[in-house]
Amino acid sequence: MPLSAFFQALGEVALLTAQAARELFRPPWELRLWIAQLDQGGVQSWSITFLTAIFTGMVMASQFAIGLEPFGASLYTGKLVALGIVRELGPVLTALLVGGRVGAGFTAELGSMAVTEQIDAIRALGANPVRKLVLPRVFAMVVALPLLTVLADLVGCAGGILITMVEVGITFRFGLEQMIETVGVPDLLHGIMKSAFFGYFIAIIGCWVGMNTRGGTEGVGQATTHTVVWTSITILVSDFFLTRIFLAIYG
Amino acid sequence: MSHAPPEPPAPPPQPGEVIAAFRGVRKAFGPKLVYDGLDLEIRRGETLTIIGGSGQGKSVCLKMLIGLLHPDQGSITAFGQEVTTMDERALLKVRSRIAMLFQAGALFDSMTVAENIKYPLREHRWGNEEKMDARVEEVLDLVDLPGIAHQKPSELSGGMKKRVALARTIAVEPEVILYDEPTTGLDPITIRRINGLILRLQERLGVTSVVVTHDMDTVFTVTDRLALVHNKRIAFTGTPDEARGADLRFLREFVKGGRGTLDEDLT
Repeated sequence: MPLSAFFQALGEVALLTAQAARELFRPPWELRLWIAQLDQGGVQSWSITFLTAIFTGMVMASQFAIGLEPFGASLYTGKLVALGIVRELGPVLTALLVGGRVGAGFTAELGSMAVTEQIDAIRALGANPVRKLVLPRVFAMVVALPLLTVLADLVGCAGGILITMVEVGITFRFGLEQMIETVGVPDLLHGIMKSAFFGYFIAIIGCWVGMNTRGGTEGVGQATTHTVVWTSITILVSDFFLTRIFLAIYG
Repeated sequence: MSHAPPEPPAPPPQPGEVIAAFRGVRKAFGPKLVYDGLDLEIRRGETLTIIGGSGQGKSVCLKMLIGLLHPDQGSITAFGQEVTTMDERALLKVRSRIAMLFQAGALFDSMTVAENIKYPLREHRWGNEEKMDARVEEVLDLVDLPGIAHQKPSELSGGMKKRVALARTIAVEPEVILYDEPTTGLDPITIRRINGLILRLQERLGVTSVVVTHDMDTVFTVTDRLALVHNKRIAFTGTPDEARGADLRFLREFVKGGRGTLDEDLT
């Protein structure tokens, strides 16, 4: 992608964000559409979040339990797993997985609408596509992704405790208390706030690519691929910068 | 508290008055120039047919009129007001008076036929559910499709989808209907039915119609006035009879039924 096209895309995404933000303050709100998106993007993503998180927690605990043993530090496994999940892996892996699922879905749906002139039809029939299509999706993801991240944190930590119980021989209660003691409110907030940004990126990229789809069904396929690639890259790159910012604020 | 003076009553519509006009319009998509110096008038009550080869941007012309696309240069007016500088709110008013039937119908797949037709009714605050239900029945009757309100677009044939889309287009009682290739991809019987519908709406509702088409049957069935897009502008306007006698080879060939000839470079 040439640099000029990249900056043009960036500008258009910013413009779309501004339009969605303006619609956010214009009642009456179409809550029915917002809730439908919360259900589709959020509630229906709980199973992949659950699976990703539990196995991530378990594999981390497996690695740390064995890796820390030569130093006699196996008992710290739970602490490391909890911090790793709550600050990084919970928000990032959830965003990558949900981003793939939901972002691609947004692009496929809006892309099909664009190539069959349904988005033009929305405007011609007197409605605003940003209000009807973009705002509900952005809202849903900004709200749902932090909640899914909380789920991922809980499930991931639980998976970590289970494996530590087997490998190191601690009790569940010890594991839980250790994690509660280790993870502070800033750690939790750090992850949750990042995930709100990730939710915004997933929705806005998915919608923007979808609405700008051209070239029939082939175009929809390509657009969907672009969305998955761009959301993943955006999540990973922004994670670094967001982490630096939050570390500077909370330490 | 000061009171704004009451708006003067709109002058009664005069048949034949110019209700929309393109003046010196230029439009390009990237490096591809579609229009350069487009001039066209649309008069109240007429059926204006726009013909021309594929890829000449005939649909672009319709979309610019209701602000779905913006020209790079030139002026487009509708009901005396400049469309090119309007914001979305002002365009909303234009779009309640000028409605568009899209090429493939552009029905919303996720909604039933009734929900599709209610979509513009809701946006233009038509009334309560009962009133809207009554209107849905009424417009479905007008397109000869009673009793399909609860079906989804995926259950309908191509011709039925077009007619439902037409029902949705006329639901808010527009004064002007823009038809983007209303008969493309349909069988001859359905084409005749759609042509009949265009005529019937013209007679019953007194609407102004602008029809973009490739189909010469459509042209000769419905047209009052013909406009030919050629070389990025309107190369000819006149009645179908005038078109037959015009001294323009590409137009004569097109009118004679030489479909597709305009795709070649005939100058």
